[in-house]
Amino acid sequence: MASNPTAPTPAGASPTNHGLRVIVAWIVLSLVATPLVAIFVGPILPPGNDSVQASGQVLDNTVLTATITPVLCLLLVFFVYSLTTFHAPAATALEDGPPLRNHNGIQVTWIVITSAVVLALAGFGTFELLQTGSGGGQGPSPVANPSGINHMMQVQVIGQQWNWTYRYPGYGGVETQQLFLPEHTYVQLNVTSLDVIHSFWAYKLGVKADANPGVNNVAYVKTKGPLSFEIRCAELCGLWHGYMYQTGHIVPQTAFASWIKQQRKLGSSVSFYLPKYSHFYYPDPQRRGG
Amino acid sequence: MSAIAVDARPPVWRRLVGFNLLTGIVLGIGGWYVGWFGAHAVVGPSLDYFGDIDFNELSLVLAYFGGVVGFLVGLGFLNYPLARLRGYPSSLREKETEGIGRYFTLCTDHKVVGIQYLWGIGLFFFIGGLNAMLIRTELLRPDHQVFPAGTYLTLVGVHGSMMMGMMTSGILGPFANYLVPIMIGARRMAFPRIEALTFWILMAAGVILQTTIFWGGFPTGWTGYGPLNIEAYQGMDCYLIFFALVGISMTLLGINMIVTIVTMRAPGLTWTRLPIFVWGVLSTALLMALAAPVLICTLSMALFDRIAQTTFFIPAGGGSSYLYENLFWVFGHPEVYILALPGFAIVLEILPVFARKPLWGYRLAVAGLLGVSLLSWFVWQHHIFVSGINGDLRPFYMLSTELISIPTGFTFICGMMTLWRGNIRYTTPLLFCLAWFFNFLLGGLSGVFLSDVPSDVTTHGSFFSMAHFHYTIMGGLVFTFFAAIYYWVPKMTGVQLSERLGKIHFWWMFLAFNSTFAPLFAIGFLGQPRRAVTYAKSLQFLNDWVSVSAYLLGLSLLFFLVTFVYQLAFARKPAGENPWASRSIEFQLPSPVPVHNFDRIPVFSGDPYGYGEGPEPSWVPAGAPAGRD
Repeated sequence: MASNPTAPTPAGASPTNHGLRVIVAWIVLSLVATPLVAIFVGPILPPGNDSVQASGQVLDNTVLTATITPVLCLLLVFFVYSLTTFHAPAATALEDGPPLRNHNGIQVTWIVITSAVVLALAGFGTFELLQTGSGGGQGPSPVANPSGINHMMQVQVIGQQWNWTYRYPGYGGVETQQLFLPEHTYVQLNVTSLDVIHSFWAYKLGVKADANPGVNNVAYVKTKGPLSFEIRCAELCGLWHGYMYQTGHIVPQTAFASWIKQQRKLGSSVSFYLPKYSHFYYPDPQRRGG
Repeated sequence: MSAIAVDARPPVWRRLVGFNLLTGIVLGIGGWYVGWFGAHAVVGPSLDYFGDIDFNELSLVLAYFGGVVGFLVGLGFLNYPLARLRGYPSSLREKETEGIGRYFTLCTDHKVVGIQYLWGIGLFFFIGGLNAMLIRTELLRPDHQVFPAGTYLTLVGVHGSMMMGMMTSGILGPFANYLVPIMIGARRMAFPRIEALTFWILMAAGVILQTTIFWGGFPTGWTGYGPLNIEAYQGMDCYLIFFALVGISMTLLGINMIVTIVTMRAPGLTWTRLPIFVWGVLSTALLMALAAPVLICTLSMALFDRIAQTTFFIPAGGGSSYLYENLFWVFGHPEVYILALPGFAIVLEILPVFARKPLWGYRLAVAGLLGVSLLSWFVWQHHIFVSGINGDLRPFYMLSTELISIPTGFTFICGMMTLWRGNIRYTTPLLFCLAWFFNFLLGGLSGVFLSDVPSDVTTHGSFFSMAHFHYTIMGGLVFTFFAAIYYWVPKMTGVQLSERLGKIHFWWMFLAFNSTFAPLFAIGFLGQPRRAVTYAKSLQFLNDWVSVSAYLLGLSLLFFLVTFVYQLAFARKPAGENPWASRSIEFQLPSPVPVHNFDRIPVFSGDPYGYGEGPEPSWVPAGAPAGRD
C-alpha cells in the first residue's frame, strides 16, 4: 500500500537499490493485476444481479477486491524479494545485519497511505449503504430509505422454530407458507420472530435481516425479473436450524395477483383466528426455573 | 538433590494424600454432590408448587459451584488465607522445589505455572481439534448423516467454546507466565497464588464444558445467544458456568500481568526498553482485565434467567434479545484481539533474532499494539450489522472497524522492515512467523469485506466469516503459538527440538491449513450458512475437499504431538543456554531457568534488539549482593 516502503538507507549504503526494485515490481504487478481482477473476478462475485440490492453488493465486492489487490501484490513482491535476496548462507548465519532502527519517511508514508485507503473505503461503504440499505436489516426505524417508501409493497417475514411464514398487510394480513413477490417491485420486508433469534437470508436477492422476537427489522429489496430463490436461516436457532430453508418465487404481476387471491381464499376459514396484523407478536413467556 | 534429602521425603502413599490434584478431584466430586443434594433439599418442595417447571436447574448450577470450590480447596487454595487468619506467619512460596509432583499441585513458581498451562491448554486444544474433525465428518455429505442434529450442534458449540475460551490464555498462560517475570528482571509475578488460581480455574472450566454431553449438550454455538440459551437443555448451564469461569480466570490473569509489568520491572528497564513481547502481553492484559468482567455479568444474567425466573433476555417479560447480543460482543470483540495480539507480539519478538537486525520502528510497533487494544473497544456492533440494532450507527462501526487496520498495519510494516536487508536464517520459529504474515494478511483483507456493511449483508453468518476468523485466529494465534513453542520450549525445558521434524510439521500444517480454509471463502461466497448441518448439493465437492484437508491438518497436529512428546520424554537432546544466539535476557540464563531466575536482579541499559550494534549486553547483574525481591 505504501508507495515507498523500502526507501534506501542513507546514500551509498547499499550498492544495489533493493527498494527501487521492489517498488517498480510492485507498481508493474499492481497495474496489471488490478484491472484484470476488476474485469474478470468482479462479475463472478456474489450475490449476483437478481435484485437491485444484490447488484449493489456486487459493486461493493468488486471495489473491495480491486482495492485489496495492490495490497496483496505489495506483500507478495516484498516477501518473495526479501526472502530470496536476504537469505543468510550457512557460513555467515550469525553475522548481524545492518542496525536499521527507524526511518521516518517510511513510517509517515505508510501511515498516510493506509489511512487514506481505509477512510476512502469507509466513505464508499457508507455512501453505498445509505442509498437503499443494501438489503440488510435496519431495525424498526430505518435510516437508509429509498425514494417512494410510502408506496412500497409490505411483506412481513415471521421466523419461528423452524420455519418461515409470511403475512401480506396490503392483502388483509393473509398469512402464507411460501414467499411470492411480484417482479420489478420495491418491497419492504418486516422481519420478526416468535421465539428466538433467526436470520432471514435470501442469498440471490442480497437480503439478510435478523428476526428478533419483539422487534420489527426492516429491509428493502427491489426485485427484477421472475426467479426462484433459496431462503435460509443464517442465525443458529436451535435443533433444526439446518433445515430451516424454503424456496421463494418472484413472479409476474398478474401471476402474483392471482396467487395472493388464491391464498386469501384458502386462508379465509382460518384468518379469523390469526392475531391482528402487528409489527411484532409477543410469544408466550419462555420460562425455566426452580 | 542429595540422597539424604530423598530419604527424608515421605513415602509415596503419603505424598498422594495432601493438597494436590488428586485431593482436588476427590473434593471436587464431593463438592458437586453436596451442591446437588443441597439444592434439591432447599428448593425441592417448591418445585411442586411451580407446576410447570420441568427441571431443577438450580441444583445443577450449585452442584458445579460446589464442585469448583471443592476442587480449589483440595488443591490447597484455602491453606494460606486460613493459616493467616489463625495467626501463622506468612509464607511466600509453595512447593517450588519438589520434583515432578509440583506440576500436579498448587505451585507459585511462575515457571511451573507456565508449563502447567502449556500442557493444560494443549490438552483442551487437542479436544477442540478432535471436535473439528467430527464436524467436518458430518459435513462430508449435504444432508445430515453421521450425528443426530443436536449432537452436531453440541460439537460445533464445544469446538467453538473450547477454542475461544481455553485458547484466550493460549499465549499468556504458558509463555507470558513463564517469560514476563524473566524479561522484566523479576523473580516472580506480582500475585503468585492468583497466578496459580487462574490456571486451576481454567482447568475446572474446561472439564465442566466437557460434561455438557451428559446433560444433552447445548444448541447455541460459542456465542450462546439468548433467548435460545434460556430455552435450551441443562447442557446450556455447563456452557454458561464454563465461560463465566474462563472470564474469572482471564480477569485475574489480566490484572496480574498488568500489575507485574507496571510495578516489578528491574532497574533501568524503562518503557522504551521493554521487550515487544511484554508490550504485547500488556496490551492483551488490559483487554482481558476490562472485557472479561462484562462476560461474567452477561452469563450470570443468563443463568439467572434460567434458574431464578428473571427475564433479562426474554422479550415477553420485558427483556431483549438485543441486550444479550450487545453485551456479549462488548466482551466478544476485545476477546478476538485478546487472541490475536499476543501473536503480533511474538512475531515482532522473534523476527529480529533470525533476521539479525534490531526491531524496526519500536515505538510504531508499540503504538500498533496499544492502538489495536484501544480501538477494539469501539467495533463490536459489526458482529450484528444485520440484526437491526442501532441501524443508524452502522456507518460509525464500519469506520471504526476499518480504522483498526491502521494499527494492525503498523505491525506489518515493522515486521517487514525488520526482515529487510537482514541476514535471514530459516529456522522453524521463523517459518511459523512468516506464515503469520501470509495467514493474517488473508484474514485481515477478508475482514475488509465483513466490515463493509453492504458486503457484509452477503457474507455475515456464512462460511466466509468462518474462514475469516479461522485465518486470523488459527492462522494468527495458533501459528505463532507454535513459533513460540519451537522458540522458547528449549529454554523452558532444557530440551532442544529437532529442526528437521519441526520443518516437516511446519510445511505439513501450513499447506493443510490453507487447503482447509481457503476454499471456505468460496463456500461462503456461494451462500453456505455457518453451523447448518445441511448445504446445497452443488457445494459437496468443495466441502469434501475441505474435510479431507481438515483431516490432514489434524494429522499434522498429531504428528507434532507425537514428536514433541517423544523428544521431551525420550530423546531429550540437551539445549544449550542460547540455541538461537538471541540477545534477549531469558536466553542468557541456564536452560531450564533456575527456580529463582536470577542470582542478582539485572540492571538494564538498553532493549534486547541491539543486533549489529556491538557485543555489549543490554543488562548486567546488579552490583549489590541481594536483589530487591
